[in-house]
Amino acid sequence: MTDLTSFSAAELAGLVARGESSAVEVTQAHLDRISAVDDRVHAFLHVDTEGALAAARDVDSRRAAGEPLGPLAGVPVAVKDVLTTKGVPTTAGSKILADWRPPYDSTIVRRLRAAGTVMLGKTNMDEFAMGSSTEYSAFGPTHNPWDLSRIPGGSGGGSSAALAAYETPLSIGSDTGGSIRQPGAVTGTVGVKPTYGGTSRYGLVAFSSSLDTPGPCARTVLDAALLHEAIGGHDPLDSTSIPAPVPDVAAAARLGASGDLTGVRLGVVREFAGEGAEPGVLAAFRAAVETLTKLGAEVVEVSCPHFQYALPAYYLIAPSECSSNLARFDGVRFGLRVGDDGVRSLEEVMSATREAGFGPEVKRRVMLGTYALSSGYYDAYYGQAQKVRTLISRDFTTAFEQVDALISPTTPFVAFPVGARTADPYQMYLADLFTIPSNLYGGPGISVPCGLADGLPVGLQVMAPTMADDRMYRVAAALESAVGPFTPPAL
Amino acid sequence: MAAISREEVAHLARLSRLAVTEEELATLAGQLDVILQAVAQVGEVTAADIPPTSHSVPLTNVLRDDVVASCLTPEEALSGAPDAAEQRFRVPRILDEDVAS
Amino acid sequence: MTTTLPAYDEVVARYEPVIGLETHVELGTNTKMFCGCPTDFGGAPNTRVCPVCLGLPGSLPVANRAAVEATIRIGLALNCSIAQWCRFARKNYYYPDMPKNYQISQYDEPLCVDGYLDVEVNGEPVRISIERVHMEEDTGKSLHVGGATGRIHGATESLVDYNRAGIPLVEIVTKPIPGAGAMAPEVARAYVTELRDVLRSLGVSDVRMEEGSLRCDVNTSLNLPGEQWGTRTETKNVNSLRSVERAVRSEIIRQASVLTAGSRITQETRHFHEDTGDTTSGRSKETATDYRYFPEPDLVPVAPDPTWVAELKAALPELPRLHRRRLQQEWGLSDLDMQSILNAGAVELIEATIAAGTTPTAARKWWLGELSRRANETGVELADIGATPQQVAELQGLVDAGKLTDKLARTVLEHVVAGEGSPAKIMADRKLEVVSDTGALTAAVDEAIAANPAIADKVRGGKVAAAGALVGAVMKTTRGQADAKTVRELILERLGVQG
Repeated sequence: MTDLTSFSAAELAGLVARGESSAVEVTQAHLDRISAVDDRVHAFLHVDTEGALAAARDVDSRRAAGEPLGPLAGVPVAVKDVLTTKGVPTTAGSKILADWRPPYDSTIVRRLRAAGTVMLGKTNMDEFAMGSSTEYSAFGPTHNPWDLSRIPGGSGGGSSAALAAYETPLSIGSDTGGSIRQPGAVTGTVGVKPTYGGTSRYGLVAFSSSLDTPGPCARTVLDAALLHEAIGGHDPLDSTSIPAPVPDVAAAARLGASGDLTGVRLGVVREFAGEGAEPGVLAAFRAAVETLTKLGAEVVEVSCPHFQYALPAYYLIAPSECSSNLARFDGVRFGLRVGDDGVRSLEEVMSATREAGFGPEVKRRVMLGTYALSSGYYDAYYGQAQKVRTLISRDFTTAFEQVDALISPTTPFVAFPVGARTADPYQMYLADLFTIPSNLYGGPGISVPCGLADGLPVGLQVMAPTMADDRMYRVAAALESAVGPFTPPAL
Repeated sequence: MAAISREEVAHLARLSRLAVTEEELATLAGQLDVILQAVAQVGEVTAADIPPTSHSVPLTNVLRDDVVASCLTPEEALSGAPDAAEQRFRVPRILDEDVAS
Repeated sequence: MTTTLPAYDEVVARYEPVIGLETHVELGTNTKMFCGCPTDFGGAPNTRVCPVCLGLPGSLPVANRAAVEATIRIGLALNCSIAQWCRFARKNYYYPDMPKNYQISQYDEPLCVDGYLDVEVNGEPVRISIERVHMEEDTGKSLHVGGATGRIHGATESLVDYNRAGIPLVEIVTKPIPGAGAMAPEVARAYVTELRDVLRSLGVSDVRMEEGSLRCDVNTSLNLPGEQWGTRTETKNVNSLRSVERAVRSEIIRQASVLTAGSRITQETRHFHEDTGDTTSGRSKETATDYRYFPEPDLVPVAPDPTWVAELKAALPELPRLHRRRLQQEWGLSDLDMQSILNAGAVELIEATIAAGTTPTAARKWWLGELSRRANETGVELADIGATPQQVAELQGLVDAGKLTDKLARTVLEHVVAGEGSPAKIMADRKLEVVSDTGALTAAVDEAIAANPAIADKVRGGKVAAAGALVGAVMKTTRGQADAKTVRELILERLGVQG
């Protein structure tokens, strides 16, 4: 029998639905794979063996009882450790939450359970989702299955690496500036940042509330779409959740898989052409543009003059919000407490706790945000960044009057060696150069593998207007049908 | 010229409730300076009459009906507490008396 | 402090005070501002909490429609403009009572702005300008352990209960109030009193200062005539109407003594002490935290539909001032009479007593007479005296029916206040009903005539006034439970004299 870990989620769901495999068998195969490779990949922070097998048994008994099962029932999923899971450790990659077991489930995890998916465990990430390499995890880095000496991207490196290592067919990430798409690109997997408000943030440990967007990760575009439909849609517990049905993304993925993009207009952002991107990445991107054209798409150049200010605007807005969001980690109600010796005051204990519990990148951003919000600096920094945000959104609006979707490389560089960029924080920030504009605007973006550069995967990013997530799925699925597959070397 | 002084960084650390070491302070001051010089580019954009965007969803009036929902049990509420007593969260002595509201 | 403080009259003859008031009101909604936890008072610690009001990672707020509506109604009652669009903002500061270490509040975009409230001070109308009315959330409560008196100073640790965290608060801020002169303390009190009555009439809060559902901070500054306003202090912990007045007066005197000594006023928070009537220094505002306000990204803007606002406006109840004016007319009272009712805090009590079936005169007589006297003696609010308007109405009904004399009614009322039950029950239990059994009464009259032959002769001889002594004797034997008028008629009848 073929190894169950090699199937797509759609295929696995079919096997379970038809009774050709049990959910327990599917789950056990993935748990075995994790046991076999995760000591080298380190994609998981916590593997919930008992919980996963119990969930799988539940699916099997429901099937035996003739109950209707959802389109992903019995399929394993890994969840980025930034989403709360009731009774299951949730660390956000931080020492400050090392022992926290939340008393509640995030909406996405609740929906995953309701859909009959089987949660394998929680995946590694940069602390509080701040980073582009997963090197800022308090629990050690994740390694890229394509080359274990390299980073898997970040912040959701664990979720993407787990896919590339065949430890799971599906995973959940969160994308604040590219944390789903960028790891997807450098691990040769699919990563989707849905429209902001299209997926619930309830239970997502907040980094930057106005940008954070949970989303699906998979090895195929269709799998990502199926997962998107399972987790998406309005949530009354999130005030910023859009009260509209999930765009018909699975249908769009199936349509795109036919390989026909006739009538689709795609825009290449002039301001992104060549800027800061490695030659190999640019070559793969140009090849993808050619492929898309062959599939019938019309590719034109569009101008988004304010995109060059997206990175600086982002690095003011995100730290500002994070400085406030992370204030609650004070050692009073949950998490780590350090220095409570009966002598130190609360203020001293709070400061000692935060100093010991936060890593260097988190501290930098908290302080940067505190600075940007301070009276006297607010207008020049945070306030100005919010205005630039408006201009970037207008650039998108104007562009989408000319084209159906925008395309770019997902990230300027392929997976870099562990340690290569940690010395200079700003060099690390450049990884998100092409992904950040969508976060500031709120529209959806997808990264789909488009080629290799020096044997390492390169991703193509497709960006669509808000609540037109289906458009980018169609384009990504079409490209997927024409190139690849891109399979990493055996571990 | 540096965008931010070491004294300002020390002040930021206090505001952020971070007991940073002297060594960290020096490193942070240098790094924050580089970052601040880079992000200051937003100032190049002429945006005086541009409205700021605080939310990317065009929603207003998302309001909840005034209906009681279930609470956590006190055990659940206190389950993550580093220290608790008398069904309350225990904290060390508080220095700052002023409570704003 | 051993320095002698200047006399208040001298101070206000020299300096002009400017005051301002910030009032926090806990709304009486079913649930908290941003989550579905109940708001009822007095639960065991940490039993009315959820991930949202505990500020657990990942939790998100959703605003309570009833709280927004109540805030708009308050704004409308205070003659404010209602914002067409406004946002919540985060106020960032660290405090263990505050689960997220920021408070969701409103900053430069409050829901209601630019209103006023008309109050009366010693019969004179004063218009207080309202700057803003905005929404925010309350904090939890700390129990300070190991100190001498449960105070934070000297405590070795604190225990935090978050049941109160997230209860909807409305903050009402006045513009600075200059020109009140010596009357500044009374103006402050009159404003808070009137505001409390307005809030009560709206039914948005139980407005109990002693329980903290209405909390007041008082800003005070002094300046010499013709000069700029002085540096202000903010006095917190002002927990009763009386304290509002005392806090302003004491702060005026304190500031004057500082200024007169040639020193400067420090901009600071001060704490009022109920026991001493003094204020003491809190934190200096000059070193105060920068709250780093920014728009709350977890909540979308509030943009009240003008139709909704118009509906709320049309449905506002009659506000206390107009209501009082109408009552005064209906009850046919002079301004002075009405004022004494107001001063006694008896308007609503009298109104309810009348509604329960009594005349205005009788209702006023009981509440301003016997009950006010007892309230003063025992130092409780009239409303908390222990007698309800229904009981007072019932009592008067028994008098009207001839079952109780006035004197007996007062006795019954004492027992009502003591909590013995309804007037009818007390009358029955304690056998206080007027003796109306003619046989028993005739026997008592005959006995009195027999015992006082000389007086009886005088009456028979035409000195009708002498009958009073016989009435007294009868009242004595019936222990006051006979109706004096009936007794007198019976005596004259038995003695064969025309009344």
